[in-house]
Amino acid sequence: MSKIIEGLLYSESHEWVKVEGDIAVIGVSDFAQKEMGDITYVDMPDVDDEVTAEEDFGALESVKASSDLISPVSGVVVEKNEELEDQPELINQDAYANWIIKVKMSDVSELEKLLDAKGYAAITE
Amino acid sequence: MKYYDKLIFELSKEGRRGYTLRRNEFGTSLGIPASLSRSKAPELPQVSEPDVVRHYTNLSQMNFGVDTGFYPLGSCTMKYNPKINEEIAAMPGFTGIHPLQPAKTIQGVLEVYAEMEKILAAVTGMSNFTFAPCAGAHGELTGLMVMRQYHMSRGDVKRTKVIVPDSAHGTNPASAAVCGLSIVEVKSKANGLVDVEDLKPLLNDEIAGIMMTNPNTLGLFEKDIKEIASLVHGCGGLLYYDGANMNPLLGKVRPGDMGFDIMHLNLHKTFSTPHGGGGPGSGPVGVAAHLADCLPVPKVAYCEKCGRYTIKRDVESSAGQVSGFMGNFSVILRAFTYLLALGKQNIRLAGPYATLSANYIKESLKDFYKLPIPSICKHEFVFDGLIDDGSAVAEDGHGATTLDVAKRILDYGFHAPTIYFPLLFHQTIMIEPTETESKETIDAFIGVMKKIAEEAASDPALLRGAPHCTPIRRPDETTAARQPILKYKDCR
Repeated sequence: MSKIIEGLLYSESHEWVKVEGDIAVIGVSDFAQKEMGDITYVDMPDVDDEVTAEEDFGALESVKASSDLISPVSGVVVEKNEELEDQPELINQDAYANWIIKVKMSDVSELEKLLDAKGYAAITE
Repeated sequence: MKYYDKLIFELSKEGRRGYTLRRNEFGTSLGIPASLSRSKAPELPQVSEPDVVRHYTNLSQMNFGVDTGFYPLGSCTMKYNPKINEEIAAMPGFTGIHPLQPAKTIQGVLEVYAEMEKILAAVTGMSNFTFAPCAGAHGELTGLMVMRQYHMSRGDVKRTKVIVPDSAHGTNPASAAVCGLSIVEVKSKANGLVDVEDLKPLLNDEIAGIMMTNPNTLGLFEKDIKEIASLVHGCGGLLYYDGANMNPLLGKVRPGDMGFDIMHLNLHKTFSTPHGGGGPGSGPVGVAAHLADCLPVPKVAYCEKCGRYTIKRDVESSAGQVSGFMGNFSVILRAFTYLLALGKQNIRLAGPYATLSANYIKESLKDFYKLPIPSICKHEFVFDGLIDDGSAVAEDGHGATTLDVAKRILDYGFHAPTIYFPLLFHQTIMIEPTETESKETIDAFIGVMKKIAEEAASDPALLRGAPHCTPIRRPDETTAARQPILKYKDCR
């Protein structure tokens, strides 16, 4: 069973969002990292890049596959997790402790479309 | 298989020679300016002839290929490569030519291009072919360039989107992206075929076309292709046929008749030229008559007036030039030989036998491996992992995965099938036997697959530790991807 954390929001494409005011901290779920297998590269946008809800903002590469990262919200990237550049395996170790980007949201109402822990558990069963 | 991992430089001994060039007895200058002459000897390996022969023979014995055994790699059509192809391709009249020779001195070569174009047009229902693309994905890119050029030349500049099914080869969306087009995905239904109802709302005046593989990557024939063709044509788009899976249709069904406008063929799949190991490949692109002027240059043409073949380089509406000359000629020649050797009658048997072999394996193994789509397949099919992966008997609860099955197959002397593709399932095993294998070979493979399934059910650890009999066990792919060693001096 993959881990799902209460209090986070989830997208159907397996990203999680932690809301801190108007900042969305974005990562991928434990389910996603398990599906991907050993992650070998995280392709991330740069700070000040714009991201759009439901469009890709980067990608995860593993030995098995390459998968787009889909942004759950729209806004501007305020920080990226530079540790992942040299240690992509951190996502495999703990997908929730290792966020990928932080986004200053331009439209918080987009959060309403996301799933809660229970809703996300239902689609990953 | 014995293990041998030397580089020829490691065999080098100062002063050892395998071959010595005669001195220039006349002392004449060769006309090479001093500025371009070497000042110090090249660092070539210094080895004897037996050193060289043994080195490369040993290396060659580390290979697995269609000449050594069964190679059921799905989506790759690893059929046997007849030796007559090699004999013809080795004829001095073909090997001794230069791509910049005047056309009148290579009439035979140009005739091969012209005749091959006629044969492929007849086999596929297309009107014209270009032989410039050097591989399948190169063909896809060329085909999409032709598609875009067609729309642009008509002033229809809004068409920048290409529809690709979710079961497509990964090269399809990649080729479209390289061509500067954006990708729209169309979903498959539970039966593995493109969902026509999902397609309809995607069609509008921004659609350049749709890329389809038929039979698709699940080995299933897209039965709604006529309806899809009329829908896509109805919105002004074109149909692109990915020829990777052409083998089962040979001599039976033609992409042109299904409504496709552009297609590529993989001569290194369907037409028996060597495949794998990085090439050389050949991905000719065929088009319907209304797109003929958009094909790349240079092209072979026949000049009625002078009674000779010529090379046409200026075609105003052409999509441009996509390779240095006219593709990999020696590959085209091998495929031409294959087609002539089989002839019109026998080529019709290739598809049915390929289909029969695939269905025979599928039916023989469906009690051991999960069969997600049970219908009759064409040249290939997919399983979705083991029915009993042994997790019930494993101490740590971990059963054998598709990767473990594939590794175990190597222990029994077969090449592994394609795994984890297409992405529609989680434990995909994709098997394509082709028409060139005997029933005995196929039965031996079925026997091995059954044995492996039994091993998995009783002792999954055996599979998880496989392969046990190959020179290298499991390479550490994760470390290789995270910290690749790219230089010789870093690995010794």
